[in-house]
Amino acid sequence: MLGYTITQWLFGTLSLMAIMFALMMVFTRSPVNSALYLIMTFFCISGHYLLLNAQFLAIVQIVVYAGAIMVLFLYIIMLMNLNADEEPRKHVVTRAIAGLIGGMLLFVMVGALKGAEQLQIVQGGSSQIGLVKNLGKVLFSEFLFPFEIASILLLAALVGAIMIGKRDTNINVK
Amino acid sequence: MLNGIPINFYIMLSAVLFIIGVVGVMARRNAIIIFMCIELMLNAVNLMLVAFSTLHNDANGQVFVFFIMAVAAAEVAVGLAILSMVYRNFKSIDIDLLSRLKN
Repeated sequence: MLGYTITQWLFGTLSLMAIMFALMMVFTRSPVNSALYLIMTFFCISGHYLLLNAQFLAIVQIVVYAGAIMVLFLYIIMLMNLNADEEPRKHVVTRAIAGLIGGMLLFVMVGALKGAEQLQIVQGGSSQIGLVKNLGKVLFSEFLFPFEIASILLLAALVGAIMIGKRDTNINVK
Repeated sequence: MLNGIPINFYIMLSAVLFIIGVVGVMARRNAIIIFMCIELMLNAVNLMLVAFSTLHNDANGQVFVFFIMAVAAAEVAVGLAILSMVYRNFKSIDIDLLSRLKN
């Protein structure tokens, strides 16, 4: 097909879809539509992980990001009853300056990273590192201590979220 | 069996996604959308880490992405709790109204 392999077709399609959904996420007025476009972007990035032989992370991306975090976002949007009509908008000059700064930043990054590494992604052969078995071995031997710290971090976030979200936060009660 | 894709393409894709997130943070006023743009930036960085992890055939990058996901989940939980508290007190999540700390 025009000299491209299936992997390259998939990469191009997924990249275009990810960028398009990300742009739609930023420029849609309704917060609910923004959240749904962001979920589509996460699915595209999950497809990229599959192309990169990171199967475990592809599944975790869908379960954690699209399944947990975005459901939390949608719940909050639903509770606040946000819609496109009362969506605050920045002044057009501010938005134009934001776009200009973004374009300049993109220009600098592309210029700086253009000749970074001309290597090809290694595929096939011994690229089994993305499987659960191999990642688990690394995670529970080399990274055991950071893993436990992450559990404490999640517990602290849980307690903090409940404390902040309580209706009558009266910390000074003796 | 599969033809490789140059690492430059992944660098460019991550840079574009990251900058879409930066522009979203600068151009929007809704605090929830700004949170979502931060998530998009985190995902761009994650994609870059996984691409280099596959390039160098090294599992450490993917483990790091796993930790970034855990930290992002904690950040979202606390941040959305703060946002719902702000909404309860101000009846708005417009960040331009929240730019002052007193009064």
